[in-house]
Amino acid sequence: MTLPFLILAALTIAGAVAAMSFRNLVHCVLALTLAFAGLAGIYLLLGAQFVGLAQVLVYIGAIAILTVFAILLTRGTEPGDFPDTPASWRLSSVIVVAVFGVIVWAIRGSSLSHRALTPKPQVSVKQIGEALMGQYVLALEVIGLLLTAALIGAVIIAMYDRQAK
Amino acid sequence: MSWIVQNLWLIPVLPVVAAGLTAIAPQRKRVYACSLAIGSMVLSFLLSAVALVHVFGLTGGGTESRELFKFRGFQLGSEWLQLGWVLDPLTAVMLAMVTFVGTLIFIYSVGYMAHDENFTRFFCFLSLFAGAMLGVVISNSLLLLFMCWELVGLTSYLLIGFWYHKPSAAAAAKKAFITTRIGDMAFLIGMVWLYAQSGTLLFYNGGAGCMEHSALAAMVVQTTSFGMAVSTAIAVLIFCGAAGKSGQVPLHVWLPDAMEGPTPVSALIHAATMVAAGVFLVARVYPLMSASPLLLSSGLVAPTTALKVVTWIGAITAIFAASIAVAQDDIKRILAYSTVSQLGYMMLGLGVGGVAVGMFHLITHAFFKALLFMGAGSVIHGCHEEQDVRRMGGLRKWMPVTFATYAVGTLALCGFPLLFSGFWSKDDILHAAHGWSVSQIPFYLGLLGALLTAFYMTRQVFYVFFGESRLNAHDSTHSGHDIVPHESPSVMTTPLVVLAACSVLLGFIGTPAWHVFHAFVSGERISVDFGRFGENGILPVMLASTVMVFLGLGLGWWLYGRKPIVNADAPDVLATIQPQMFRVLQNKFYIDELYEATIIRWNEFAANMSAWLDQYIWAGGVKSVSLAVIGLAWFNRTVDAKVVNAGFDAGCEGASWGARILSHLQTGRVQAYLRVIGIALVVFVLFLVWGSKG
Amino acid sequence: MTLTSYLVLSALLFSVGLAGALTRKNAILVLVGIELMLNAANLNFIAFWRYGPNPELLTGILFTIFSIGVAAAEAAVGLAMIIAIYRHYKTTNLDHIDSMKG
Repeated sequence: MTLPFLILAALTIAGAVAAMSFRNLVHCVLALTLAFAGLAGIYLLLGAQFVGLAQVLVYIGAIAILTVFAILLTRGTEPGDFPDTPASWRLSSVIVVAVFGVIVWAIRGSSLSHRALTPKPQVSVKQIGEALMGQYVLALEVIGLLLTAALIGAVIIAMYDRQAK
Repeated sequence: MSWIVQNLWLIPVLPVVAAGLTAIAPQRKRVYACSLAIGSMVLSFLLSAVALVHVFGLTGGGTESRELFKFRGFQLGSEWLQLGWVLDPLTAVMLAMVTFVGTLIFIYSVGYMAHDENFTRFFCFLSLFAGAMLGVVISNSLLLLFMCWELVGLTSYLLIGFWYHKPSAAAAAKKAFITTRIGDMAFLIGMVWLYAQSGTLLFYNGGAGCMEHSALAAMVVQTTSFGMAVSTAIAVLIFCGAAGKSGQVPLHVWLPDAMEGPTPVSALIHAATMVAAGVFLVARVYPLMSASPLLLSSGLVAPTTALKVVTWIGAITAIFAASIAVAQDDIKRILAYSTVSQLGYMMLGLGVGGVAVGMFHLITHAFFKALLFMGAGSVIHGCHEEQDVRRMGGLRKWMPVTFATYAVGTLALCGFPLLFSGFWSKDDILHAAHGWSVSQIPFYLGLLGALLTAFYMTRQVFYVFFGESRLNAHDSTHSGHDIVPHESPSVMTTPLVVLAACSVLLGFIGTPAWHVFHAFVSGERISVDFGRFGENGILPVMLASTVMVFLGLGLGWWLYGRKPIVNADAPDVLATIQPQMFRVLQNKFYIDELYEATIIRWNEFAANMSAWLDQYIWAGGVKSVSLAVIGLAWFNRTVDAKVVNAGFDAGCEGASWGARILSHLQTGRVQAYLRVIGIALVVFVLFLVWGSKG
Repeated sequence: MTLTSYLVLSALLFSVGLAGALTRKNAILVLVGIELMLNAANLNFIAFWRYGPNPELLTGILFTIFSIGVAAAEAAVGLAMIIAIYRHYKTTNLDHIDSMKG
């Protein structure tokens, strides 16, 4: 466990926890942004530069902003109205702990965990591009279609419906 | 086979067809009904005449003739029961008599029943009766005879109870049926036994019949309990049936009561034909009755036990009924007891003399008794339905034809010497009784009976036809004006004249000199021989019977004819002389009362027992079964309601309760669902990991 | 920096995201939690790609790229729906949005 990893991991976790704990919604989103940034760093550490940058672009640049917009648009009541402790936090915490425990136990028990360290692979964007247009062109087209559909759908759903009044 | 033998079945069937057609005709069509009936009887008579001529042609040369026709009747298991008819001299004479007398009585009934509204029903029943009686006569199978016998009894019941509105008529019909039933029960047992013994019920079957040599020989040697031969036992049983039908003591009680029926019925059924059926039956099974080892081996006639039974019962009946007839007041009842007495004579004749002797008296009796009954009917009709002789009188002024024919009939019945048929036939019987090796008592009883017969008939004639009319002595029951008796219309008097002629003429075919009848029936050669008068004891017996007849006639005149009877309510002359004896005779020796106190009481008791048994035990059984079923049904219903329904309801309740519980999961809140997904994730991973590890 | 540490991190991130999704009342924050979970999965992919047998196939990277794309689409549509729901129910409190309750 090298130091960059630890710092980035701490950052990510802190941001995530903060995002889930703050009362002010905008603060939550900002903390989320921090978490995204930490993750981007970890991607870079792992040698997936394209993904890391894509993470910054898409997640931080689009999704987080979008979330802020949504918060601002749906701000009707004061965040303070919400009770501090959620009603069923006991059951939820049990579930979460269980999930975490199970996954870790699974990780621990598997043979993968004792894999040797391999040299860092060298990946160029050209290679990614070639893969996208070659082997994964179908997936590319499909995701294009998906994004188009999502776009149209979001617009339709959120459109101000004058006739329904 | 000649045409007549093949078509002998037409003779009984024609009247039955007429009866059927009359039954479906409407009540108004009287002419249609009576012409059908009379027409069918005339046709049957013509056919019977053809049959008679045919048989006569065969036997004139002295041979025994017997032609039969058989066919398969019923199937019992693997065997076929044969039925059929036979044409022999016995059959031929009986057919001729029944159809001839029947035709005359049918014609007479047209006049007698003219005022009755049930005219067509009467003729329907009469035709049915005629058909059944003719069936009895031609039958070759004891089973077929029994079937027609029962049919005869049925029609007798219908005809006696013709005026069923009258309770006395209905009761009389019932009494007739039940009394003859008792005899028929014994008859049935005898018939079944005969079938078991000989394997066939055909009388004659070319050597294989039950009246023929081989069967009789087997039955004679076998013995039953009391050391009686089987043939004797069966013969006695069959005779019981004959005794019931022919009104022998002790089964005679129904005949006088049967006078409740219309007079033509009395004439046809209870004088000439049905009661003669019993005598005819005995004549038919005579080979069985007379079968003895001696007869079968050597042909010598010997008195058998069965024939002794027949003779004694006949003799007792003859004297018994004649004595009761002396004290009766109803014109038809006197004739009824006279019939019983004469039937006793016939049985006596069969027992001591054989088939020819008994049958001759049957034939002559049929004619003059039918004549007497029809004359009585004419008298009743002329006196406007008055039947008590004490209330009649002096009718010979107003009803000359009736008087003349009635006188002829009376003299024939008494046995007036030489001219009348009754003399010859009764004499045959007395002669045979005189020659009976067992005992002379039947002979003396017969002589005494002849005396009584003459006496009561004379009494009756003097009461009815002589003196002054006592009809209007009691006018309380009549409409107030004087009743003038009138002669009956010619449709009623013409048959009387015809029968009177026959009563005289028939005698001449049975005299010892020219014994046409006997030879014909016995299958011997017919010849004229005056020398037979001198044979053993014929003349002395004739003399003795003549003396008896004149004695009876004289006594009757002395007591009833010398001083005309004026007062209708005055007691009978005999009653003044011997009141107790007269009362006993008038009450028919209290036989009816005896039966009432014993048999009828027992029968009622048994009937009540059966009713009680039926009502409580059998009905109780049925009720308990039905209760069990109801209980089962109730149980089923309870199970269905409590267990099945409740169980089902509880199941549904449980399902809906479970659903209600589970519906709490459907909170509609996304996070709750997410929690479930989380749990599922945990479980899933565990499963996978453990699965792959294990 | 073995593979295990990355996987554990990913698991931790996933758990945090799940915790938030399960406990927060606001609908948008649930979406945020879901985003975190998706990111944890992406991290898993990349880690396996890095320490896997055939990194030159780029399978992990491409999968992650597509995953990010899908996440973007999903976030868009989800937020649009939340806005629509907000218009109807006038609230984003998930406890009050239970018309599917049965």
